[in-house]
Amino acid sequence: MTTPKSDLPQGTLDLLILKVVALGPVHGYAIAQRLDQVSRGVVQVPEGSLYPALHRLENRDLLAADWKESETGREAKFYRLTGKGRKQLEMEAASWQRLIDAIALILGMANGGAR
Amino acid sequence: MNWWQRLWRRKQMEEELEKELRFHLDEHVNELIAQGNAPDLAQRKARIALGGQEQVKEECRDARGTRWLEDLFQDFLYSLRTLRQRPGFAAVAILTLALGSGATTVMFTVINGVLLKPLAYPQADRLVTLHGKAEKYGEQWGFSYPEFHDYQSTSRTLDSVAAWTYGGGTVTNPGEPEYLFGRQISSGMFSVLGVPPVIGRAFLPQEDQPGAAPVAVISYGLWQRRFGGSAEAVGQQLVLNGKSYTIVGIAPAGFRLDGEADIYTPLGQSSEPRMRDRGAFFIHVLGRLQSNVTLPEAQTELSVIARRLALQYPKDNQGRDMVAHPLSQEVVGDVRPILWLLLGAVSLILLIACVNVASLLLARAVSRERELAMRMALGASRGRLVRQCLTESSVLGISGGALGVVLAFVGVHPFVSLWPGSLPRAEDVQLDWRVLFFALGVSLLCSLLFGLAPALRAPARKLEGALRSGGRSLGSTRRLHSVFVVAEVALAVVLLVSAGILGRTLLGLLSLDPGFNTRNVLVAHVALSPVVLENPAKARAAWEDVLDRARRFPGVQSVALADVVPMAVGEDSLGYWATPVPPPPDQTPLALTSIVTPDYLNVMGISLRHGRFLNEQDRTGHEMVVVIDNNLAQHAFGGSDPVGKPLWLQGMASNPARIVGVVGHVRHWGLAGDDQSRVRDQIYVAFYQLADPLVPFLSSVMSITVRTNLNPLNVAEPLRRELRGPGADQTLYDIHTMDDLASASLDRQRFLLWLFGTFAGLALLLACIGIYGVLTYLTNQRVPEIGLRMALGASTRNVIRLVLGQSFGMLVVGISVGIFGALAAGRLLQHLVEGMRPVDFSTFAIMIPILLAAALFASFIPARRASRVDPMSALRQE
Repeated sequence: MTTPKSDLPQGTLDLLILKVVALGPVHGYAIAQRLDQVSRGVVQVPEGSLYPALHRLENRDLLAADWKESETGREAKFYRLTGKGRKQLEMEAASWQRLIDAIALILGMANGGAR
Repeated sequence: MNWWQRLWRRKQMEEELEKELRFHLDEHVNELIAQGNAPDLAQRKARIALGGQEQVKEECRDARGTRWLEDLFQDFLYSLRTLRQRPGFAAVAILTLALGSGATTVMFTVINGVLLKPLAYPQADRLVTLHGKAEKYGEQWGFSYPEFHDYQSTSRTLDSVAAWTYGGGTVTNPGEPEYLFGRQISSGMFSVLGVPPVIGRAFLPQEDQPGAAPVAVISYGLWQRRFGGSAEAVGQQLVLNGKSYTIVGIAPAGFRLDGEADIYTPLGQSSEPRMRDRGAFFIHVLGRLQSNVTLPEAQTELSVIARRLALQYPKDNQGRDMVAHPLSQEVVGDVRPILWLLLGAVSLILLIACVNVASLLLARAVSRERELAMRMALGASRGRLVRQCLTESSVLGISGGALGVVLAFVGVHPFVSLWPGSLPRAEDVQLDWRVLFFALGVSLLCSLLFGLAPALRAPARKLEGALRSGGRSLGSTRRLHSVFVVAEVALAVVLLVSAGILGRTLLGLLSLDPGFNTRNVLVAHVALSPVVLENPAKARAAWEDVLDRARRFPGVQSVALADVVPMAVGEDSLGYWATPVPPPPDQTPLALTSIVTPDYLNVMGISLRHGRFLNEQDRTGHEMVVVIDNNLAQHAFGGSDPVGKPLWLQGMASNPARIVGVVGHVRHWGLAGDDQSRVRDQIYVAFYQLADPLVPFLSSVMSITVRTNLNPLNVAEPLRRELRGPGADQTLYDIHTMDDLASASLDRQRFLLWLFGTFAGLALLLACIGIYGVLTYLTNQRVPEIGLRMALGASTRNVIRLVLGQSFGMLVVGISVGIFGALAAGRLLQHLVEGMRPVDFSTFAIMIPILLAAALFASFIPARRASRVDPMSALRQE
């Protein structure tokens, strides 16, 4: 991997976790892997802060968890999205989108694309 | 899982966390092995990727949101363990605090009951009392009855007003004759206060008129006593002062108007001449504010009405204003500042207790510096350690506070019963949630106060140094400890000096000449037979009979009648002037007028300065004469001889009376209160010279005064039986010895001295313990230094001087600060306590050496111990 890894912007880890969990019940290790794969290694998700984030989201009732058997046959803690979590995800995703659009616009302007 | 479940299922949570992280690691390791890593390398890589497992766990625990509570619980258990390790320290700290907070809680319980709780009437904050106010004499007066009516019909700011005055008399049927304390009330009284009679009804407006059928409301107590609480009582007849009243209602239990009374009669039925006199201000007025009106608005309206009345009736109302006060203020009277003063004093004790515990804790914190440094090195945050220290001090503080509440619970009622006279609203003084809240708040505040200094030391600045120094402190606490000692000493000075001036004041007051001989004098009110009361001639004859019988009684030297008796038993002030032209009403000087029989001078042992006293020839039909006291002589006649000069008396007669004698001043308003009283001049008038219309009223307030050969209390009971009169319906009540009355007039000063003496003693004790503790600690810290000095040739004496010098320095600063505090406290006491002397040099000269001696004694023990240090072993410690 030659691309330099970027730290996650503040507050985005929660959003990313919610997005991953939205795809279906998943355990912590799988979340870490998926984040790594999807971001193609550009974004470094510190595994150490993944679990505290999961627990925090669980406490805020954005995630719920059940113990189920994993694909390897061991019991694992599977997280899934609650209704509240889904709303939060939509809200945060939308606000991120707006931010990204705005930033893209500003960057475009700097290139002389807009007056 | 909610917050609560997370807290309680902590063990399960921990297991699950462990399992989750283990699963993560195992999966990662398996994958790394599958990628071709050697198993041990895979383990290593996976662990690195996850980061410190314990830290992750900690962060997950933090994420639960119950962390602070778990920590608190943990700290709580930890501090219990550490306190149990040092039971002596814990016991001293908790007892000290319990003493301080117990005393404070007692005072607050009293303040809560007397001052803070609303009166037991519906919307009690809307109730006001109205007073007349004359420019020269301040708020001394009530209303006249016609004025009450004027006000009732014109006021727009008050919902309703009601009036009352004293009443009562002898009840002769049913049952034994008995004197009843009574109140005459206007028909609106119960509805203004908002407390209807428990049975029956209040008076109707048409019953509050002259000539209406006599009706009465009786007190709950009388109802129980005379009628056994039977509902049949309503409708029955009661013969009071020879007149038969129909009982129409029973007042609620605890109903009171300036104290409890037995019987209430309609004020408007009274036919006394003073009811029509605009110059007789004897009516007490209560009112209830309209719901949208404030007290200042009502006050404004009152003043407007007062001005209008002054224009309409200049003779009686000129210069007269009217004022409104909250009823609660009047009920509580003048104890308010005393209560706050006492709360202030006990707070000083509590403060000293806190400082003591703070210095103990600080010394401990220093010796635990190494432990705390170790914790920090292991990753505890500064906030965490501060919290731990504060938890420890809170455990101490709250234990002390809880014990204090127990002390208060036990102590508050004895305290109230010791209150001089009777504490107003004593029945409202109870421990309630407000008191518990207060106690908790005080405990927490104290914990913060004494826990903060040690806690802030917790993050040792030089961790490494602290760990290496082997338990001995690097940072000096000498300055902080000195501040503690200085504070304790200063507070103790304030209390000691306050107790000192109270003591001096009391001694001074006790040595004052009351102006009469208090020994062997018995005083009692006499309620004449109702049969004779309304007839002046018969009343005079009845009095003659009373005097005759009493005079012949064994053990009795002399007997006299008086309407007011020294030590503020009764009050009857009249305006007087010595020139034919009367001064304007609001400028008229007032004199306490005693209406007496000739032997009064002998009974009371008052000194005759000049001329003669009243004698048997001074009767109606003879020239009206008066005797004045030397104050009046001085005020009205300056240096010239007043005997033979005329004196005009307001409301007595249009012709002046002739002054026949001058007697010494009597301290009527109490030994302490007399110097501050507004009315200091005194006049004596012969009872037998009173005009007929005045006799019935005066006969209802007269007292008999008796000088005896033996202990007057032994005479009291037989005399009471002897004087029951021909119809056995004459009663003696309010029987006292003059000694008791004189002594009671100093009760407040005595009570305060007793309290402040106790406070000062406690403060001294606590301060000495504190000084002892601090010096012991500081000298222990200096053992190596002292050892070195001794090795270099310092003598025992040098070392003792070294330690005492250190203590002396702190004491001097503490005393200097304390002197300023004591001056302020003295000023406050002078303001609040009658007859209080100012702080003077001699009080300091007595109190400060006491403090100094005690404090140096407390310092001497550690000093001596220091002087016995073995230089060799001390140096070896280094």
